[in-house]
Amino acid sequence: MNKFKKFFYSQKAAPYVFVLPFIISFLLFWIYPLCSTITMSFQDIKPTGTEWVGISNFQKLLKDKIFHTAIKNSFQYMVLTLVLLIPFPMFFAVLMDSRLVKAKGFWKACLYVPALTSVVISGTLFRLMFSEYPTGQMNVITTALGLGTFKWLKMKATGLGALLLVACWRWTGVNMLYFISGLKAIDTAMYEAADIDGATAWQKFRYVTIPLLKPTTVYVLTISVYAGLAMFMESYMLWAGPDSPNNIGLTIVGYLYKRGITKNQLGYGSAVGIVLLVIALAINIVQLVVNGTLGKEEK
Amino acid sequence: MKKKVLATLMTAAMLATTLVGCGGGDAGSAPAADGGAAEEAPAADAGSDDAAAADDGAAAEEAPAEDAAAAEEEIPTATFGDPNGTHMEMWTFVEIHGQHYGNMVEKWNEQNPDRTIEITCTTYPYADMHTKLLTSLNAGTGAPDICDVEIGQFPNVVAGLDTWLVPQNDAAAPYLDTMVPARMAVYSGSDGNNYGIPYHVGATVMYYNMAALEEAGLSQADVDAVVTWDDYAALGQKYLDAIGNPEDKHWTSVDTAGCDWLWIAMAEYGEDWTGGMGGTANVQLDSVKKMLTMQQEWVNSGLAMVSPDGHVDLEAGFQNILDHNIVSFPKAMWYMSRFTNYMPEEKGNWYIAKCPVFEAGQKCSVGIGGTGTVVTQQAVDKDLASEFLCWAKMSEEGEQLIWDNLGFDVCNTVLWNDDAFAHDENNQYNQFFRNFPYDVLYGIKDDIGTVYTTSISPTINEQMCNVTLNDVLENGVDVEEALQAAQDVVDLEQ
Repeated sequence: MNKFKKFFYSQKAAPYVFVLPFIISFLLFWIYPLCSTITMSFQDIKPTGTEWVGISNFQKLLKDKIFHTAIKNSFQYMVLTLVLLIPFPMFFAVLMDSRLVKAKGFWKACLYVPALTSVVISGTLFRLMFSEYPTGQMNVITTALGLGTFKWLKMKATGLGALLLVACWRWTGVNMLYFISGLKAIDTAMYEAADIDGATAWQKFRYVTIPLLKPTTVYVLTISVYAGLAMFMESYMLWAGPDSPNNIGLTIVGYLYKRGITKNQLGYGSAVGIVLLVIALAINIVQLVVNGTLGKEEK
Repeated sequence: MKKKVLATLMTAAMLATTLVGCGGGDAGSAPAADGGAAEEAPAADAGSDDAAAADDGAAAEEAPAEDAAAAEEEIPTATFGDPNGTHMEMWTFVEIHGQHYGNMVEKWNEQNPDRTIEITCTTYPYADMHTKLLTSLNAGTGAPDICDVEIGQFPNVVAGLDTWLVPQNDAAAPYLDTMVPARMAVYSGSDGNNYGIPYHVGATVMYYNMAALEEAGLSQADVDAVVTWDDYAALGQKYLDAIGNPEDKHWTSVDTAGCDWLWIAMAEYGEDWTGGMGGTANVQLDSVKKMLTMQQEWVNSGLAMVSPDGHVDLEAGFQNILDHNIVSFPKAMWYMSRFTNYMPEEKGNWYIAKCPVFEAGQKCSVGIGGTGTVVTQQAVDKDLASEFLCWAKMSEEGEQLIWDNLGFDVCNTVLWNDDAFAHDENNQYNQFFRNFPYDVLYGIKDDIGTVYTTSISPTINEQMCNVTLNDVLENGVDVEEALQAAQDVVDLEQ
C-alpha cells in the first residue's frame, strides 16, 4: 500500500500516469500501424504466404500510369480546394463578424449544416444531380438555359467541378467557423486604433485582420493540404465506387483502397499509402517552414 | 486514507474509460464505414456489369434486386431450419439468394432428420460483403460457413486456395454429369480444385422489343432471319428508317462500363483475353478489335447510343428501355428478372432470340456473370456444409427453385428441354416473354462459349470499363491505340 501511495503521490510518476492513455492509444493506433505499413510496403502479402520483395512495390508504382493519374487528380483537387476553401470562408467569416449581416445565427447554421450530413448521402444526391440523363437536375438547368445536356461525370472538367462543388458545399462552413474563432481572438482595440489612424475597411482587413488571422490560416492550410490529398469519400460516392470513366475521379486514397482492399494487395496498397504520407509531409513541412510556424517555439 | 483509495480508483477508472474510449471511438466509426459501404451497394449494382469480372463493385447480376430488398427489409438477417441442428452462418449480397438456402434447408431437414441444419443468412451490400469476407479470411476468424462470391470477385477469394476454402470436388461429384462443365471450371482454383458452386450459366441472348418493331412494320420472322451482325445492323437501320430516324431513338445501346459485347465477340471467335487459367493475358485480340470498330461505327452513324451511365443493368438503363429509346440489346439470361422486377409494364412486348455472329457457324453465346458459392475452412462442419451446398444448388429440387424464384438459366442441361420444367405456364418468366426462354437456351446449347475469370480479370475489366471503352465509344479514340494502352496496363500486372 505504501509503495502504491508513494507511486501515485510522486510528482515524477503522476504526470506519466495521466498522459499514459494518450501514449498507449497513440502507440497502438498510430505508431504501430505506421510501422507495419512501412514493413508491409516491402512485402508481397498473399493469402498463401508473405514474401519480402524489397523495393519492387515502389518500382512498380513508378511505372504505374493509373497511380500517376491518381496523384495528378489528388494534386489538382488539393490545389483547387485551397484556392476556394481559404479565401471564401475567410470572407464569409469577416462578413459574419461584421455588422453588415443580420440573422447571423441562421446564416452560420446554413453554411455549417452540410458538414453534419453524411458524405454518403450527400454524395449520392450529388451523383443523381449530375446524372447524364436529361432528368438529372443539372441537365434540367442547362436545358432550360438552352445549353443542352452534358455527361457531367464522364468529362474531366465537369467531373472535377462536381467534386469541388461537393467540397465547397461541405467545408465552407467548417473553415468559416475556424476563421470566426480566429477573428474573435483579435483584440478590438486594434481596430479602434486603426479607426483612429483613419484606416479604411480594406486597410483594416489587409493590415490587421489578415496578419492576426495567420495562425488560423496556417492551421486551415495545413489540414486542407492533407484533406485534399487524402480525399476519398467524395469521389467514391460521386462515381459510386472507386472507378470512374478515364479515371477522372481516382484519388490516391481511392487507389490505395482499390489495391489494398478490393484487390487484397496489401503490400502494394501500403506502398501507395507511404507515398501519400511522404508527399503530404513534404508539402506541409515546406509550407510550415515558409510560413515560419515551424521552429517558432524554440525561439 | 479513504480519499486516497478513492483517488486511486478514480485514476484507474479514468484510465480504463479513456482506453475504452479509444475502443469505443473505433467502434463508433464502424457504422459510418458500414454506412459508406452500404450506400455504395446501389453503386455496386450501378457499377459495371458483373460480366467481366468486375472488381469494381461490379453489378453482380442480381445486385439491383438486392437494392430493392435492402430498402424493404431493415434487418438483413434470417434464420431457417432446425434450431437443434448444426448451425451455419451464410453471407450473401442478394437477399433472395438467402431465401433460396432457407427453402432448401427446410427440405434438407425433412430428408435428413439425423443431420439437420440451422442456417442464418445475412445479406450485406455487394462491396461490403466481399470486403468483409476477404478480411475475415485473411484474419483466419470471423468468416461464415458458406458464402456467395460474385464471379468478378472470385479471383480475389480463390487466391487463398485450400487455406481459405474447402474444395468441393467430392461433394459436387454426384451432380457433375448434368452440369455445364465450363461453369464449374470458372470457379476452380490454380490448383485445379473446384471451390465455387454456380447458380446459372448466364448465357447471353438478344432481347428484342417486338411490340415496338411491329409498330415499325417489322415481324418476328425478320428478327429470326438475323444471323450475322451485318444482318442485325441492317435490320436496325430498317427499323430506324421506318420510324423516321428520330434523334433520340436508337436500335441498341453499347456499353462503356461493361464488357458483355466484347465477351460475346471473343466467344464467337473462340478467343479469351485472359489466356485461360495460367495463361498470358492479351487484350489486343481480333475479336475485340472487330467488335469495338463495329460499335464505334454504330455510335457514329446513330444506330447505337452509349448506354446511359455505362450499361443497361442500371436504373438509367431500365428507363432507357421503358422509354423505347433502344429496342434491342444483348444480355445474359439473368437479365429477365430485371424485366419482371423493374419493367413489369413491358410484359408481353419482348422476344428473346439468339445473338448474331460475325461469321455464320460461330458460337453465338457466352456465359456471363454469376455467383459461385464457397464453403470456408472456418466452417463448423465442412463436410456437411459442402454436401448441403452442392445439393441446394445442383440437385433437381434446387434447380427448380432457382428457376422459379431467381429466374436463372440453371446449369443442369438435362432440365433445359424437360417440358414440365421449361414450359411451366405458372413460371413468371415464361409468362412475361413472347417465347419460352428455355427454348432459346436449348437451341444454343452447343454454342455457348467460355471466357475465363482469372486473377488478371479484375485488372482487364477495370481498364476496359474505366478507360478503353470510354475512349473508343465516347471520345472517338482509335481502337488499336486504346487497346495498346490497355495492354500496357495489363502487362504491368503480369
